[in-house]
Amino acid sequence: MTDLALPARVRRLRRTGSAGTMVAVVVLGGVVAAALLAPVLWPLDQSAVDLSRTRLAPSPEHLAGTDDLGRDVALRSLYGLRVSLLVGAVAALVAAVIGGVVGAVAGSVGGWVDRALMRVVDTVAALPHLLLGIFVVAMLRPGLGAVIASIALTHWLSTARIVRSELLSLRNRPFVDAAIAGGAGRVRVLTRHLLPHVLPRLALATTLMVPHAVWHETALSFLGLGLPPHLASIGNMINDGQRSLLTGAWWASIVPGLLLVTATLALAVLTGRWRDRLDPRVRAELQL
Amino acid sequence: MTAPATGRRRLAGAGAVVRRRLLVAVPVLAATSMGMFALGAASPIDPAQQYAGAAAFTTSEENLAQIRANWGVDDPLPVQYARWIGNLLRGDLGWSTSRHEPVTSVLAARAGWTLLLVGTALALVLVASVLLGTLAAYRRGGWFDRALRSVAYAVQSMPVFWIGLAAIAVFALSLGWLPAGGLTDITATGTDPFDVARHLVLPVTVLAISQAPWFVLFVRDAVAESLRDDHVLAARARGLPGRVVLFGHALRTALLPFLTLVGTHLPELVGGAVLVETVFSLPGLGAVTVEAALGADFPLLAATTLATTVVVLTANLLTDLAYAAADPRVRLDD
Repeated sequence: MTDLALPARVRRLRRTGSAGTMVAVVVLGGVVAAALLAPVLWPLDQSAVDLSRTRLAPSPEHLAGTDDLGRDVALRSLYGLRVSLLVGAVAALVAAVIGGVVGAVAGSVGGWVDRALMRVVDTVAALPHLLLGIFVVAMLRPGLGAVIASIALTHWLSTARIVRSELLSLRNRPFVDAAIAGGAGRVRVLTRHLLPHVLPRLALATTLMVPHAVWHETALSFLGLGLPPHLASIGNMINDGQRSLLTGAWWASIVPGLLLVTATLALAVLTGRWRDRLDPRVRAELQL
Repeated sequence: MTAPATGRRRLAGAGAVVRRRLLVAVPVLAATSMGMFALGAASPIDPAQQYAGAAAFTTSEENLAQIRANWGVDDPLPVQYARWIGNLLRGDLGWSTSRHEPVTSVLAARAGWTLLLVGTALALVLVASVLLGTLAAYRRGGWFDRALRSVAYAVQSMPVFWIGLAAIAVFALSLGWLPAGGLTDITATGTDPFDVARHLVLPVTVLAISQAPWFVLFVRDAVAESLRDDHVLAARARGLPGRVVLFGHALRTALLPFLTLVGTHLPELVGGAVLVETVFSLPGLGAVTVEAALGADFPLLAATTLATTVVVLTANLLTDLAYAAADPRVRLDD
C-alpha cells in the first residue's frame, strides 16, 4: 500500500512516529556520549571545591549552577552519569553471567535441578527488590563491590529465565539431533551448538538491564548506602543536593536527576517503538 | 446445579488455594531466611564489637569473648540458624543493635505509619488509574489518550525520590502550601489527625504518582482490548448508552487481570515507600530500615525484610481468592 492511499491521520501518525524515534536516538546518544566522553570533552576538575562560589543559580558561566561546595553541577552531573552508567554496565554484566549460568544449567540438565533452580528464581522474584538490595549492601558494608553485588543478586532472574526457555526450545531442533548423532557430548552441544543461538538474546537482555541497574544504584546511593560519597554518581549528587534544596538551591538535586530522567525516557521511547513494531496487533492498528 | 452447592464447592476450592499457596510460601520463607542468614554470617561485622560500640576499643578481649559466648555467635552456623528461627517462630524477633530496643517494639511503633502511607497511596492509585485509564481507552488515539500515555511514560522514567524532592522544592519551599517533611509540626505535642493528614498529602501523592503509570497504562490497554469483545459489541448493538457500555460491560471484564497486577506490583510499592519515607523524613518502617542498614543491624533488617515478604505473599493469596470470587470462569479446585 502506498502512503497516498492511507488516510491523513495515519500518515501523520507514521511521520511523528519516526520523528519521535529520531529525537529519542539523538537525545540518548548525545547524553550517553557526553557522559562517557566527559573527561575528553571537558577536561576540567568536576570535584574542584570553590567555597567563594557556593550555591550559585544557573547562569551562562555555570549552566546548572553550583552546589554547596561550589562545584559546577552540570559538569559534575555528566561525570556522575558516567560513573552510574559504568557501574550499571558492570553490574548488569555480572547479573547476566549469574543468570546465564543458572539458566544454562537449568535448561540443559533439566529434571529436578531445573525445578529447584526455577523455584529459587521465583522466590527471589517474589521479594521486594530494593529491600533485598539494601540488605545485601548492609551486610557487605556499603562500597563499590557491595553495590555491584546488590544489583547482580537482585537482577539475574530475567536472564536466567530467558536462557533457560531458549535452551528448552532449541533442544529438540534437528541440528542438535544431528550434532548428537555425530558424536558430540553434552558439553560440546551446549557450548558449540546451543549457546551461539542464545547469545544474541542474552546480549539484548543485558543491555536492557543497564537502566534498571543504574536505577538500583541511584536509589542505594540516594539512601547513603551506595557508592562512597566522593564518587560523583547521580544518586550521590541527588542525596548531597538535598541540603542545598532546603535552602532554595533546587538545581543541585534536580539537575542530576533530570539528566538521568532524560536518558531513561529516551531509552523507554526507543524500546516502546521497537516493541510496537514487533507486536502485530499494534502494527495492525497503526496501519488501519 | 443449585446455588448452595456451588457456594460450598467454591469454599472448598478456596481452602485448596490456601493450602497450595502455603505449600509455596513455607519453602519461600525458609529459603529467604536461610539466604539472609548466610549473608549475615558472611558479613565482616563482629556483633560483639558492634554491641560494645566505641567501648570496643577499650574493652578487654575476654569481655568481648564473653559477649560472643553469651550470644552464641561462635556456635556452628546451623545451630545459630535454628536458634534464630526458633526465636522468630516464638515471636522473639531479637534485639535491634542500631536502635537499642527489641525489634518487636520498633516494628510496633513504625509499621502503622508505613501501612497508612502505602494503603492511602494504593487506594488513590487504584481509583485514579481506573478512571483515567477507562477514559483514555474510550477515545483511544484521541488527545486525552495521547497526553495521558505520554505523561505516564515520562513519570515511569522518574525516580520516586526525585519526584519527591521536586515536589518539596515547588509545593513546600516555593509556594509554602504544605510542610516539607515530618509527621507533625515541630511544635506539636501529640499526633493531631489534621496535622498528620496535612503532612501526608505530599508523600502520599508522590508515591501514588510514581506508581500510577503501570496501573493507568494497564487499565487503558485492558479496556481498549475489551471494547472490541463480542459482549461489548452486543451491548452497543442493543443501543445501550456509551457510559453504560463502558463502565458496565467493558470495564468489568477488563478489571479482572488488574487484581493480579496489584498483587505482583506490591513489592515495587514497598520499595517506593522506603524511598518516600526517607525523602519526607517520615517515621515509618522504610526509614528505620535505612538506619538499620547504615548500622548493619542484622536482626532489624532481617525482621523487616521477612515481614514484608510475608505481607507480599499474603497479598498474592488474597488477590488469587478475589480473582476467583470475581470471575466465575476460574475454578479454584483445579
